[in-house]
Amino acid sequence: MRYLPKSDAERRQMLDEIGARSLDDLFAHLPEPVRLNRALDIAPGRSEYEIVDYFNKLGAQCGNYPSFLGAGVYRHYRPVLCDVVVSRGEFLTSYTPYQAEIAQGSLTTIFEFQTMVCQLTGMDVANASMYDGSTAVPEAALMAMRVTGRERIVVARAVHPEYRAVLDTNARNREMSVVEFAYDASTGLSDLAALEAAMDNQTAAVIMQSPNFFGGVESVKAAAEIAHKHGALLVLVFTEAVSLGLLKPPCEADIVCGELQSFAISPSYGGPFAGVIATKEKFLRQMPGRLAGQTKDSNGNRAFCLTLSTREQHIRREKATSNICTNQALIALMATVFMTVYGKKGLRELATQNLSKAHYLGGQLARKFSAPYFNELVATPRRAAGLVNDELLGQGIVGGLDLGRFYPELSGSLLLCATEMSQRADMDKVAEAINRA
Amino acid sequence: MINKTRQHINQNEGLIFEVSSPGKKGYQLPDLDVPEIDPAAALGVAAVRSEIEDFPEVSEVETIRHFTRLSTQNYGIDLGLFPLGSCTMKYNPRINETVARTPGLAWAHPYQPESLSQGCLEVVAVLERMLLEITGMDAVTLQPAAGAHGEWTGIMLVRALHESRGNGRKKILVPDSAHGTNPATAAMCGYTVENLPSNEYGMLDLSALERQANEDVAAMMVTNPNTVGVFEADIQKAAAILHAKGALVYMDGANMNAMVGITRPGDFGIDVMHLNLHKTFSTPHGGGGPGAGPVAVKKQLEPFLPVPRLRRVGELWTLDQHRPASIGKVRAFIGNFGVLVRALSYILAHGGPGLRNATLDAILNANYIRKALEPYFELPFKSPSMHECVFGDDRQAAKGVKTGDIAKRLIDYGFHPYTTSFPMIVHGALMIEPTETEPKQELDLFIDAMISIAKEVEEDPKFVLAAPHNTRTSRVDETTAARKPILRWRPGQ
Amino acid sequence: MYPDNLRYTKEHEWVKVEGATGTIGITDHAQKELGDIVYVDLPKVGAVVETGKSLGSVESVKAVSEIYAPVSGEVLEINAMLSASPEKLNEDPHGEAWLVKVKLSSPDEINQLMSAADYRKHLGEA
Repeated sequence: MRYLPKSDAERRQMLDEIGARSLDDLFAHLPEPVRLNRALDIAPGRSEYEIVDYFNKLGAQCGNYPSFLGAGVYRHYRPVLCDVVVSRGEFLTSYTPYQAEIAQGSLTTIFEFQTMVCQLTGMDVANASMYDGSTAVPEAALMAMRVTGRERIVVARAVHPEYRAVLDTNARNREMSVVEFAYDASTGLSDLAALEAAMDNQTAAVIMQSPNFFGGVESVKAAAEIAHKHGALLVLVFTEAVSLGLLKPPCEADIVCGELQSFAISPSYGGPFAGVIATKEKFLRQMPGRLAGQTKDSNGNRAFCLTLSTREQHIRREKATSNICTNQALIALMATVFMTVYGKKGLRELATQNLSKAHYLGGQLARKFSAPYFNELVATPRRAAGLVNDELLGQGIVGGLDLGRFYPELSGSLLLCATEMSQRADMDKVAEAINRA
Repeated sequence: MINKTRQHINQNEGLIFEVSSPGKKGYQLPDLDVPEIDPAAALGVAAVRSEIEDFPEVSEVETIRHFTRLSTQNYGIDLGLFPLGSCTMKYNPRINETVARTPGLAWAHPYQPESLSQGCLEVVAVLERMLLEITGMDAVTLQPAAGAHGEWTGIMLVRALHESRGNGRKKILVPDSAHGTNPATAAMCGYTVENLPSNEYGMLDLSALERQANEDVAAMMVTNPNTVGVFEADIQKAAAILHAKGALVYMDGANMNAMVGITRPGDFGIDVMHLNLHKTFSTPHGGGGPGAGPVAVKKQLEPFLPVPRLRRVGELWTLDQHRPASIGKVRAFIGNFGVLVRALSYILAHGGPGLRNATLDAILNANYIRKALEPYFELPFKSPSMHECVFGDDRQAAKGVKTGDIAKRLIDYGFHPYTTSFPMIVHGALMIEPTETEPKQELDLFIDAMISIAKEVEEDPKFVLAAPHNTRTSRVDETTAARKPILRWRPGQ
Repeated sequence: MYPDNLRYTKEHEWVKVEGATGTIGITDHAQKELGDIVYVDLPKVGAVVETGKSLGSVESVKAVSEIYAPVSGEVLEINAMLSASPEKLNEDPHGEAWLVKVKLSSPDEINQLMSAADYRKHLGEA
């Protein structure tokens, strides 16, 4: 087996050192009833060529067509450097950087990641990543509960439906209650009057997403005012990180959490992605997840190390802020390289291209909602949505998401996303299919 | 004598923000094929930011040098033995990285039509089948993103089963040798944690378990082989004690790599368990993640598994979202799919016989190290070792040198340290897990290094206490980092 | 090392009684066991603490230690200096680095606590 680097002679030599007759001798102490006395029913190992061929065939079934799906997973160009950097064995095959003296590479990049997330979101501190956006939301809710000592969460229906589903799973298994508030049927934005009506003095947090699930840009400031008036925190969620290149940072929020998939991370059928939580300095102690901090080594040189670990499970055990251990470090590194490649000007330019493409598409359609939008919009085809998508697929284009899947009242409407990778000719085909009677 | 390393040039590198300068860039976007939209006009002036304050502006050359220089300040498996006990730092085959980037798979959108997703769903189906064969369990979900996320999922399944039977049990039993994630998970699921002491062999204490197991216990969370690297010989008896009280047995699968092909949790009484694909199945740790933490269960827990569930309908795979008894969604979409691809590639490369051989070599390597180091370090538990061995620092501590100090000195010899101070039932633990992917030569170098350090402790403990001596970064002041946290760069800082 | 005007607990807290006010801290032994203290978590003024129950925690880089109230009462004042300078707890645990002052609700409780001599004995120093 090519991953087992020993000759039989070496094994023999090692067994002799140990004083064992055979390899099987080494686990002879396992009680007989628990031993597996047969071979695993898994075919013998295959060559590299066969494995590559196997996955190529599976991949070929998946089309890789131009696509207008967004809804939390976006099709953005991935700069070559991102894969080049994460393929460095020193990053790829390293562990969580507990041993700071031989992990300055990881620690420095985590520190840069934290800084860039703060710069984008307008927050003071950011953690070194969560599993993804959907799991960052309940972690942010729990954090708000620790800060306020309250157990009620008010969440906008215009937050990603799967994120809300994950929040519900959390709520069912602990002291947490979740209530939802509506979106405005004409603007597609969260209904702030409904939010006000949903608030009480036991609410720990308001959770809102911007751009929201329908692509609409929400008023963070107005939502923050309502939350704060009732002594609650505002948790602002984002799924499309590229929007932060253009949108005002949500400084009025108390916690910002979201998904960085847009930053060079392949859609990869839903993961691995990288979530993040950022917050104000005063809530730092309640924030879950790993943190890198700046310090000095014994020679007085600047150095970085993991810090404030007493919040974490390996020290505080059942009293920890979260049970998270493994996070998404390598994916966060990919996002860090992406942010570096585009930088201050590039991210804005990229966001503007997304805006322009989406508005080119949106301009040809009768939009369902009137609110300003970034790179996603909702349109109702004149025919059945499924028929339109099937027809587009016949032309080698993946159409939009039928919102009926998550919002019965929006059945027949499509959520469409255009990015810098969307071609004008394809957008014209999509518009034509949607507009045709 | 240090055989593995010499000094080499290693460049200093500041933060990326410090090489930033206005106007530099490392990107070029294609020309727009549609009219450019003015953001302020489309979104309103108030919604648009003027700039991303202090964001870097650097060239492509500087970018690649920055990250490459930083990478040289890291240690990885590609450089040598990484004997972190419990973490299973084995070789990460590069083909797994290649196949995870197969365009059709890497660009697949989770909401694309199922007719287009058959290749992705096939990966899920095949990996599910193989993990069930390896664990001897009845059903598995591949959705949890990491081990701790799997624990959370698994304990919610436990709760769902008990609730379906109409009882609200309150407690989870956790052995004192457990990983910190176990009690943290139990607490996250609203359970109280009750500590279960180990016996003098570092194993489950059945008489303590008899006393503590009652109708209020929802489950016991157990790691097998346990965190001292010993197979829980009484695991079936322990499971019987718990089952008799209506409680379940959860297995933390962190150490599954010691069992693949020789014994199966499903055959020794485990009801629910997680696997760490980034440990047993070699997906890269990447400096802390990503991982994947599939949860495998026995039949009685299957109805509660998270949605969606994969189902075969005629010739096609489909995702079933409607399962009334399900605990719900544990994360968006279907999990860390890219990690699943890598794990499947690993299993295909090994095949059934290869997986078993990997287990045997892992046990061989751990026992080889144990035998060679036993004369020099305290071995608190003499029970046979599986994939890792755990020593205590008693002899060295008598000279004022603790496990953490020995670990730092090991860096000078060209190795990543072992796991220090865990499990907590061993005083000053040195937890060593070589994994199967270490050549004998590398193991011999490690053994020589450890023996040499043991001698240094005898002769010159002060020298060891000041280690590492040869690294570019000397001992880092973690105290100041925690007292006066600096968690981001700011201009002029 | 252990002043005679303080009373001590087995968990290594001390209390100094002046009239109806008790000043609470941790002992020199406790700070040495913890090592470099990096953070102190204290209750809010007005909170009610109960003998034997946790009133806060002290953290080093890799450990958290609960502080158990040696006496019951309402928190009158917390030592604000410790949030910016937790290292004071390593330097002067019996003096400047007291933790909280409480209004004693049952002053008799003090009689259950150890004298300096008993505490030294408890530590095995006597």
